[in-house]
Amino acid sequence: MTETIVGPFNRVEGDLEVGLDIVDGRVESARVTTTLYRGFEQLLVGRAAMDALVIAPRICGICSVSQSVAAAAALRALSGVTAAPNGLIATNIAHAAENVADHLTHFYLFFMPDFARAEYAARPWFEPVARRFRAISGEAMGEVLPARKRWLEVMGVIAGKWPHSLAFQPGGVTRAIDLGERVRLLALIDEFRVFVERGLFGAPLEEILSLESLDELEAYAASSSGDFAAFLRLSRDLGLDRLGHGPGAFLSFGAYHGPDGSLFPAGRLDQGESLPLETSDIGEDVARAWFRASAKHPSESETSPIADKRGGYSWAKAPRLGGKPAEVGAVARQLVAGHPLISDLVRRAGGAGVRVRIVARVLEIAQLAHAMVGWTRALRLKEPFNVDVPRPDDGRGAGLVEAARGALGHWMAVRDKKIARHQIIAPTTWNFSPRDAEGRPGPLETALAGLDVGERGAKAAIIQHVVRSFDPCMVCTAH
Amino acid sequence: MLQSSRAPEQYNMLWLQAGSCGGCTMAALEQGAAGWFAELEAFGIHVLWHPSLSEETGEDARDILASVLDGRQRLDLLCVEGSILRGPNGTGLFNKLAGTGRTMLDWVRDLAPLAAYCVAVGSCAAFGGIPAGAPDPTEACGLQYDATFPGGALPDDYRSRNGLPVINISGCAPHPGWIMETLAALRMGEFGVEDLDSFGRPRFYAKTLAHHGCERNEYYEFKASAEKFSDLGCMMEHLGCKATQAVGDCNQRGWNGGGSCTHGGFSCVACTSPGFEDAREFLRTPKIGGIPVGLPTDMPKAWFIALAALSKSATPKRVKQNSTSDRVVVSPRPAKGPSV
Repeated sequence: MTETIVGPFNRVEGDLEVGLDIVDGRVESARVTTTLYRGFEQLLVGRAAMDALVIAPRICGICSVSQSVAAAAALRALSGVTAAPNGLIATNIAHAAENVADHLTHFYLFFMPDFARAEYAARPWFEPVARRFRAISGEAMGEVLPARKRWLEVMGVIAGKWPHSLAFQPGGVTRAIDLGERVRLLALIDEFRVFVERGLFGAPLEEILSLESLDELEAYAASSSGDFAAFLRLSRDLGLDRLGHGPGAFLSFGAYHGPDGSLFPAGRLDQGESLPLETSDIGEDVARAWFRASAKHPSESETSPIADKRGGYSWAKAPRLGGKPAEVGAVARQLVAGHPLISDLVRRAGGAGVRVRIVARVLEIAQLAHAMVGWTRALRLKEPFNVDVPRPDDGRGAGLVEAARGALGHWMAVRDKKIARHQIIAPTTWNFSPRDAEGRPGPLETALAGLDVGERGAKAAIIQHVVRSFDPCMVCTAH
Repeated sequence: MLQSSRAPEQYNMLWLQAGSCGGCTMAALEQGAAGWFAELEAFGIHVLWHPSLSEETGEDARDILASVLDGRQRLDLLCVEGSILRGPNGTGLFNKLAGTGRTMLDWVRDLAPLAAYCVAVGSCAAFGGIPAGAPDPTEACGLQYDATFPGGALPDDYRSRNGLPVINISGCAPHPGWIMETLAALRMGEFGVEDLDSFGRPRFYAKTLAHHGCERNEYYEFKASAEKFSDLGCMMEHLGCKATQAVGDCNQRGWNGGGSCTHGGFSCVACTSPGFEDAREFLRTPKIGGIPVGLPTDMPKAWFIALAALSKSATPKRVKQNSTSDRVVVSPRPAKGPSV
């Protein structure tokens, strides 16, 4: 048995290496390697507490608002202040804009181009799909990139620029929205609605939001000319619902925390059973990661790299919940929230695989475009958008949010106005974790094991589909 | 296949991500009314390979890199995004290019001499950027600079095939226009060493200070300062704004349809400057005896203090009151007398 190394594994935001043991056309086991370590947790220590707002977003260029929002939430928690309600709402609008942009980018730029591969030339759906989704030259690119650019003008209104903004503060946001800007935001959101209804969904937003079962989804797929429907039809042909099942444990920190609760609840599920989420059960194992062992909980742990550690194979630590791996992302958010469509898809497929991960994300585009209208209208334009937060002297706090790709946590400790500890667990740290001391594989390692790759071996497109169905962000993973 | 299908006149851009957050690519994807890909095509720039965008992965991607190394593919534009990580202990092992068993440090050193032009996209690739901040755990540097010091992953005397040093599109992340306009100008053959400033940055965006065109200009003139974030006033005196010390046309062209850092209500952190990452307390202005340490570039200190005192004493009530509010509370009064 020889290990085949796949890499550079592109269209994953960053770089990835996957080692596959393939026997008789079947993946026996997989090893997932994060190849980049930039040392952010070391960079943050010793800095002024508020400097986290400058450093942390630069962990990730695709989910920088998520990183900002988590750092601001940690600072808010350790300062014990209450943010201006408008600030939380404006943050949610910008955060949702980023997450929608990420879902759109993933679908069109990262995921769908794999169906234009020559390997699929004989499939009945190939010609139109290849014409539309081919990497860089596909006809959809000419529609999606301008729409994405326009959509990110939401950031020009709220965040100054994207990526890497300082607008998101413990007390709210740095800029009050006026009446004209409320109108501009609503116009941008509605322009985006028209775009996704025409191209992505080929159906009104309401129709997507009302889908509650696999049967209804199939009926939509048969009747719509949208890109999402095209994906569902080829997914049925290729059996993508059965591919790439993860560990069956899911975690969500809950998303879009506003003055009146959250749009998505926090929680966990294990093999279909809903369990309370105890964040004290979170720990990071470094048995197979290139780091020195330390305390496991992120409020106590240290980050100390050793590039030549024996047995190590990744710059990612292995987060575990109650000692076990968990899958995070849109599918986890939707399952924890009990969304009927996503729950039905997982039940009918016997687990969460490639198809439902895509469906959960695309569904979220519709949900967020809808929620953003409500948030924009809910801003009270005569009230403040930020409250001044004194620089924290000492304290500990956690900022737990959902990035596009899933649960993102920042655990901060401040002593004498300086950051004493700043530990980060990013979504893809969960999903693409290496094995732990018990030998338990990470979610992607589980999802790849057992794949029938046939004669194409490591070049089989299904490997690409399974890996990219998680929408990995490798720059976040080890950070 | 690679050799036969590529006509010799094809202008090849190879993009690599080193110690990067990927944000420069995200910014580039915001470029162009018809989309970045359409704009690249319009200028005749072929994407030979890009880690976030190309179909080729794994072995196919390695073949493309091999074809550049052995000369089967001409390399016109080499774009590198992200810091070059030399650690630990000079090995570069903090950043390998997956599937190749080699570090990005080695890849960059092998590829840069082959490129007609070598472009550092973003402050990380230019100067080291955020990962190079103290304690610099990964020994990060830029392609041809280590913060303000010449010489990075490539030596100070490196010149690309067409005789230019590394072109540093600094910014964290750079404006999409800075990226595309540089690439297009190179493609058009209209970019020479005279178009670079003393840190190798394209002068077309680096020839003014970021402060130029700031919408808080009136507050700056009268030294009517913001005291907390969301205040409308100038952020230089108290909130750490370095727009009078950093280059960029940030406030002359819109970001994301009309934004900018100062428009967004937060301070310029001088992200286009080498070594910006080593500031402490980014969001507070360091002062000695109540006077900010970092005064505007080029301005004699005594003059600044004298003018500041004078303009503070002349600040209109409207400007003063608005400067510490998150919205305009006093509007301009119409001038007395007959209207013109």
